[in-house]
Amino acid sequence: MSEIVKARNVSMKFKAVDALTDVSLDVAPGEQVALLGHNGAGKTTLFRILLGFIRPTAGSISIAGFTPGSDGARRIVSYLPEQVAFPKMLTGREVVRFYARLKGAPLDDVQAVLAKVDLVDAADRRVETYSKGMRQRLGLAQALVGRPALLLLDEPTSGLDPLSRQHFYELIAEVARQGGAVLLSSHGLSELEAKTDRVAILRKGQLVADAPLSDLQREANLPIRIRVRAASSEIDSVHAEMGGARINGASVELFCELGDKMRILSRISGLGAKVEDVDVSPPTLDQIYRHFSKVGDDETPRGML
Amino acid sequence: MHGVLTIAATEIRIGLRNRWIILSSLILLAFALILVLLGSAPGGEVKTDAVTVVVASLSTLSVYLVPLIALLLAFDAIAGEIDRGTLQLVLASPVSRGAVLVGKFLGHVTVLGIAVSFGYGIAGLVAFFATGGGDLSALVGVGRLIVTSIILGATFIAIGYIASASVRQTGTAAALAIAIWLFAVVLYDLALLGGLLASQDGVFARDIFPWLLVLNPADAFRLYNMSAIDAAAVGSNLGGGAGAALPLSGLATMLSPIAWAILALGLSTLILKRIRP
Repeated sequence: MSEIVKARNVSMKFKAVDALTDVSLDVAPGEQVALLGHNGAGKTTLFRILLGFIRPTAGSISIAGFTPGSDGARRIVSYLPEQVAFPKMLTGREVVRFYARLKGAPLDDVQAVLAKVDLVDAADRRVETYSKGMRQRLGLAQALVGRPALLLLDEPTSGLDPLSRQHFYELIAEVARQGGAVLLSSHGLSELEAKTDRVAILRKGQLVADAPLSDLQREANLPIRIRVRAASSEIDSVHAEMGGARINGASVELFCELGDKMRILSRISGLGAKVEDVDVSPPTLDQIYRHFSKVGDDETPRGML
Repeated sequence: MHGVLTIAATEIRIGLRNRWIILSSLILLAFALILVLLGSAPGGEVKTDAVTVVVASLSTLSVYLVPLIALLLAFDAIAGEIDRGTLQLVLASPVSRGAVLVGKFLGHVTVLGIAVSFGYGIAGLVAFFATGGGDLSALVGVGRLIVTSIILGATFIAIGYIASASVRQTGTAAALAIAIWLFAVVLYDLALLGGLLASQDGVFARDIFPWLLVLNPADAFRLYNMSAIDAAAVGSNLGGGAGAALPLSGLATMLSPIAWAILALGLSTLILKRIRP
């Protein structure tokens, strides 16, 4: 099946600032893609281009074959901005019904999406009585109504507690299962909890990674950390044997490549009773993200202005 | 069309819920009742009936209050929605930007219309019955005042949209709206008076002043209402003296606010189309 989002060499220049440089990105139906980057990396700019609010200064972009912002594109796209404050005087149901009508969605959908985001009980209360999490879920309900073929979510999980975050990823996984494409942005990998199919990382307007998370983990090739705790009387001999750095007077910390892990572990087990405990930690999602969002920070391969 | 009605209905619902309608009705009613009670004193001496006197006073009140209420309704329409992030959502949906503005316009005019009808309607009835009934045609005057006040309000709602769409901050839009009000209903008339006093040869008074008067939608509104109730019987006013030399007379005077409304709606649509949220 053909891609819903097809961006080719998209660049966006605001006066002196290059917001996006030569970004190419595809999103297929049923795919969930996370767009990562610092504040100002170009995530929201890309969303605004996809919505047709602004036109890229170079490159081409299409949404299911339509120009962004055209009637055809707007009919299949749903959007959740990073910050939105719905009219406080309206009830949750009225807000969702409003957007359902604008999108020409059947009104039966309203109750269904309210149920999905767990707002049925509060649906007839005014938005002003909602908690922050409930407002966030109302925003999601508004985006889900009308079964959009492409869901654009700008930092949808910021401010959600871990439990609602998990529920949120279940919801968008369901959208993807039904064939909808999801493009969501986030500050960091740890917020994603490895829930999306693919991760695209923007750094200063350039796409520095675009691959499944496991590929990124392999590509980053960050060292694995091994901590060995020994009895205080034996710590010196363990340090002499294994090398590495002394920590807290009772532990030794080693870093190794993925391929070396088993060899080092067997050496540690060879030390026998000298070792009290071993702790192995693979690189965290945040470390991987930091690796990609900072990679080549100094070489700055930015084109001329 | 679907989008237009949806947006209009939501604006009306918000107007009802946030007590906008109640509040502006009460303000109009309170001022109108004060005029009714004060106006009944001179009414006894002049041959005109009390309701007509009240309508004359109310049309002067309208010139100040209705544009103010209209601008306060309108200044938030675009800038506020950009601030809150809801404009992006509406513009991301398959509704044209023109339809968004027309929907808001219909909603806001309805909100204002309800307020004006309640406020002036009740005051008119109070005046009518307080003076022991009398000529029913006086009530026609109240109806005419209500309809033309709504037209005047619609004009300033549309002008308010220009202010709201031209700036990005709600606060700036509010300041701009107040400035427009001050200019259109206070400073403009003062400037015209100054012009009349300054021009000795009478060219300004004869050839320019009448046009400038009709050009201002608020003044045009007052001219129409005064001429309709035969203002001479009730008292003089700014328009009364120039009545004979006016470029437009009678109902045609109302073309000025209507033309302004259409112009302002078109202009604000153009600005809205250029907004990149």
